[in-house]
Amino acid sequence: MLYTKRYTLIFILLGISLVALFLVNISLGSVSIPLKEVFNSLIGKGASKSAWEYIIINYRLPKALTAIIVGIGLSISGLLMQTLFRNPLAGPSVLGLSSGASLMVAIVILGAGIVPAVGTFFSSSYGLVLASTFGSLLVLLAVLLVAQRLKDTMAILIVGLMFGSFAGAIVGVLSYFSNAEQLQKYTFWALGSLGNLSWENISILWGASLLGLAIAVTCIKPLNAMLLGERYAKSLGINFSQTRFIIILATSIITGCITAFTGPISFIGIAVPHIVKLLFKTSSHLVLFWATLLAGAAIMLICDTVTQWPGSSFVLPINGITSIIGAPIVIWLLFRKKKGVFS
Amino acid sequence: METVLAANNLSIGYPDKKQEAVIAHDINLNLKKGALIALIGANGIGKSTLLRTLTGIQPPIKGIIQLNGINLTQHNPKELAQNLSVVLTEKLPPSNLTVYELIALGRQPYTNWLGSLTEEDKLQVSRALQLTQLEHLANKKYYEISDGQLQRVLIARALAQDTPFIVLDEPTTHLDLLHKVSLLRLLKKLTQETDKCILYSTHDLDLALQLSSEIIVMTQQEVIQDSPANLISNKVFDRLFNDDSITFDAEKGGFTVKE
Repeated sequence: MLYTKRYTLIFILLGISLVALFLVNISLGSVSIPLKEVFNSLIGKGASKSAWEYIIINYRLPKALTAIIVGIGLSISGLLMQTLFRNPLAGPSVLGLSSGASLMVAIVILGAGIVPAVGTFFSSSYGLVLASTFGSLLVLLAVLLVAQRLKDTMAILIVGLMFGSFAGAIVGVLSYFSNAEQLQKYTFWALGSLGNLSWENISILWGASLLGLAIAVTCIKPLNAMLLGERYAKSLGINFSQTRFIIILATSIITGCITAFTGPISFIGIAVPHIVKLLFKTSSHLVLFWATLLAGAAIMLICDTVTQWPGSSFVLPINGITSIIGAPIVIWLLFRKKKGVFS
Repeated sequence: METVLAANNLSIGYPDKKQEAVIAHDINLNLKKGALIALIGANGIGKSTLLRTLTGIQPPIKGIIQLNGINLTQHNPKELAQNLSVVLTEKLPPSNLTVYELIALGRQPYTNWLGSLTEEDKLQVSRALQLTQLEHLANKKYYEISDGQLQRVLIARALAQDTPFIVLDEPTTHLDLLHKVSLLRLLKKLTQETDKCILYSTHDLDLALQLSSEIIVMTQQEVIQDSPANLISNKVFDRLFNDDSITFDAEKGGFTVKE
């Protein structure tokens, strides 16, 4: 570890900006709350206006915490997928989990016209969470089954992509037959939302994501071996198919859960690992893992802060922002692609 | 001298439900410490299959392979990684690894669950760097160096893995004559200085004859392991290619083509 000093510096800067972004994120919104009041109510001293405290505890804090875990989870999943598939454009969506969730939600919302009774039950926001959880879970099981049967890692990637197109096509057909109101509802879900989660939902989201992250931490060493390719990894004593299974399991738990609660949020998973790799100029997952974790949380907080533009009551859809910020980054990365930098 | 790898009555190939596709049979090998052994054979004769079988990637159809006195199939992955290292021809996937980090990955069979390097690991890595004379490149990214240098880095990685047996799959393929010779010289030096047993497959028979201590020749009929001198006097190389227009010139130590 020859660049330790440089790494430590970037880590400290990342940590500080994360805390700052967290406070700024809570302070900004349709009603601006002074940073000092935010700080006071977070450490339990209470804000000077009870309305502020109410807003913070019931709206801003849950949303900020959701943004943090979503940013961490999706970015780490992206990092894992990029190394596992040795493909710089892989992300958490390549396994088709968000497609599965989208398909289920589309069936529930857009298919409501066909079976009204099912429609009314599932149309509640809780029903949507249930539907997308079920959808992710179904694809998760399918992916795990495929991962066990197929020896070729690239084949798993193709299966995931195929499932994505399949789900996309069905959603397309369903939307052709649905009315404007249903379409709008589905579109809103597909644009993602970090807010409106109860504390109970947030603890489920954090619990599941932390479980997935804990599983992922055990793969840091084999992930480094995988940088040399499958055959070298095996020759270094790595149980390749077992490790691959664990990585897919961790990613599935994290992405499945996040998509279920917040909708399919794109680009964070692809873009953040690349930003981190450019920043740290390393491939060691011992560094990349923690850096991606911090950067993912920070960037998601920025995206969320942008959606609730200060002083205005207008809230932009989160998925719009992540894509608007993420897509140019990926294009820019492609333009400045040098041998080896892109990994 | 001590035996590192021994194969008795070995049959290799791909077991099929309908018919067994045996590629070669009755293979008897005895690879010793400090030996540099070349594996020679025409394309498609089964060199890769033999190497895959000897490195435990695919099971033998018949017979036993013993690595360091233990049956190859009974080594667990970590034990195997401590006894056998490989250098492959395939291109490395893109990454930002430095030469040092790449070589240090060879220490994985010995490091803890996070893969952090101990003093002993660092010592082994610098020893590998020193043996392959790569110290000046340690902080370069692996994609910034030449093909010949990368080949040496991969050999250094295998050295850092600290195994008694190293297998190289066609290490000289993409190199010019100068680098081929210096690479084989390096391998020879390593067998002498570290007492490791090194097996490599190659198509450069003339160089193999001059620089290897032993050669394994694969022909359609048989697999023979012997010293270069004995193989020449037994006229084994005449049977290497199934083609009358190519004959082995014993004096020249290479092949001549009949017009």
